[in-house]
Amino acid sequence: MKINKRLPCRMTTSKTPRQVYLWKRRTDKITVILFRIGLLVFLIGLWELAAKLDWIDPFITSCPSRIVKILSTIDVSELFTHILYTLVECIIGFFVASGLGILIAILLWRFNKLRRVLEPYIVVLNALPKIALGPIIIIWVGAGAQAIIVMTVLICIIVTVISVLNGFMAVDEGKILLMRSMGASRFQILIKLIIPANIPALVNMLKINVGLAWVGTIMGEYLVSTAGLGYLIIYGSQVFKMDLVMASTVILCILATVMYLVVAGVEKLTKKRYHVE
Amino acid sequence: MALLDINHVDIIYQTEKSETEAVRDLTLTVDEGEFIAVVGPSGCGKTTILSMIAGLLQPTNGSVTIDGEKVVANGNVGYMLQRDNLFEWRTIESNVLLGLSVQKKLNDESKKYALSMLDKYGLGDFKNAFPTQLSGGMRQRAALIRTLAFRPRLLLLDEPFSAIDFQTRMTVCDDVYSIIKNENKTAVLVTHDIAEAVSMADRIVVLTKRPATVKAVFDIDINSPTPLKRRENQKFSYWFDRVWKEVTQ
Repeated sequence: MKINKRLPCRMTTSKTPRQVYLWKRRTDKITVILFRIGLLVFLIGLWELAAKLDWIDPFITSCPSRIVKILSTIDVSELFTHILYTLVECIIGFFVASGLGILIAILLWRFNKLRRVLEPYIVVLNALPKIALGPIIIIWVGAGAQAIIVMTVLICIIVTVISVLNGFMAVDEGKILLMRSMGASRFQILIKLIIPANIPALVNMLKINVGLAWVGTIMGEYLVSTAGLGYLIIYGSQVFKMDLVMASTVILCILATVMYLVVAGVEKLTKKRYHVE
Repeated sequence: MALLDINHVDIIYQTEKSETEAVRDLTLTVDEGEFIAVVGPSGCGKTTILSMIAGLLQPTNGSVTIDGEKVVANGNVGYMLQRDNLFEWRTIESNVLLGLSVQKKLNDESKKYALSMLDKYGLGDFKNAFPTQLSGGMRQRAALIRTLAFRPRLLLLDEPFSAIDFQTRMTVCDDVYSIIKNENKTAVLVTHDIAEAVSMADRIVVLTKRPATVKAVFDIDINSPTPLKRRENQKFSYWFDRVWKEVTQ
């Protein structure tokens, strides 16, 4: 604004440094977006071209036109059922794992002894590849959606407990001292300090869990399932229908991204509300 | 009767490695309306003593009473720490009301009192702002109002200015002092800054190094209205020297 006042005539002839800077930033941004889209178009085009020119065998690699074709021939309601199965399993697993994980973290924060007793168990459970428990899960809860949900929960929950508990334990001692000096109970410290101070960390945990929940769901569907995108992928590979495998993978890609974006949006909102950078 | 009465107190810490005697036979009384500064070599257990007065730590031997009653952490004592510890997710208003809501004393009357203090001490326009939007000095003022809002009998100040840069510290020191005097509060200030102690306190208690006990008590007779003015008073350097000698000896 100062520059405007001092040099009123220059405004009409040339740009102020601020305008130049802003213009540069905007073009930078647009360039990046254009390149992003360009890269996608290029890769899809290359894939299609390579298949058409017989550089690669579309029977093994499939190609974009074949993916589109199989998506148009497949029964929409059937496809929708598969998507719904996977989505519901994933979302239930995600919420159960996040909720239960936070609850366990609260208990471990509240009861020091319990935390010390359970520490080695958590370490072992964290180190254990959860997929190894697949057969046990199937025998215990049955081969169906419930087994997939249990698998999803198992994969997410340990990481949730560990990361949330870390956040709880990292709350500034000074703030806790302040609350205690005011006469706050443990419960008040939890509600008024520990949880609000950890909202950004909790949202970040949700972001990680979105990814893990998809891992759990698809892994679960590989093990046991009669429906779902994971089932389509496994079935497709068994009957060597690579088009189906690729099509399912693309849909999975889109679903996972959408879910991630939702959580990222929530994160943005909380960041604004909670004044963290 | 004294407001605060610390009577032959010992504090012994137990840790896995050793037993630490932090305080030995400490006796100290503070009367209503007094401003006491406690100085001593660093690591001498000043903060331990404040924690004990706040009721967060039980003395091993001896007794600590406020108005004749054994101290418990219930809001009788307002504790101001080195850093302001304002909650970043709460507005200034909501930060100031924190103590009242913790103690379930939040009502129209107490809220009005707290908000009137915000107005009185120049934070009225910032009550909907968040702590990050305030300067260091304003934050410390907000922290003090948060402490005063639940009307504690006694204020404990644990090096409240040490986290503030030097220039701001002088003015914040003046602000805090005038607010405390204005609200007619009794305060115990713990600091390693002798100049700060001399510029604020009516009485200075010098502690020995660990285990801490009272080494000397000085009644400061500088008659100036504010810490800054007191620093300009000719008696200031006299008292500074005396306290300094006592601390370093």
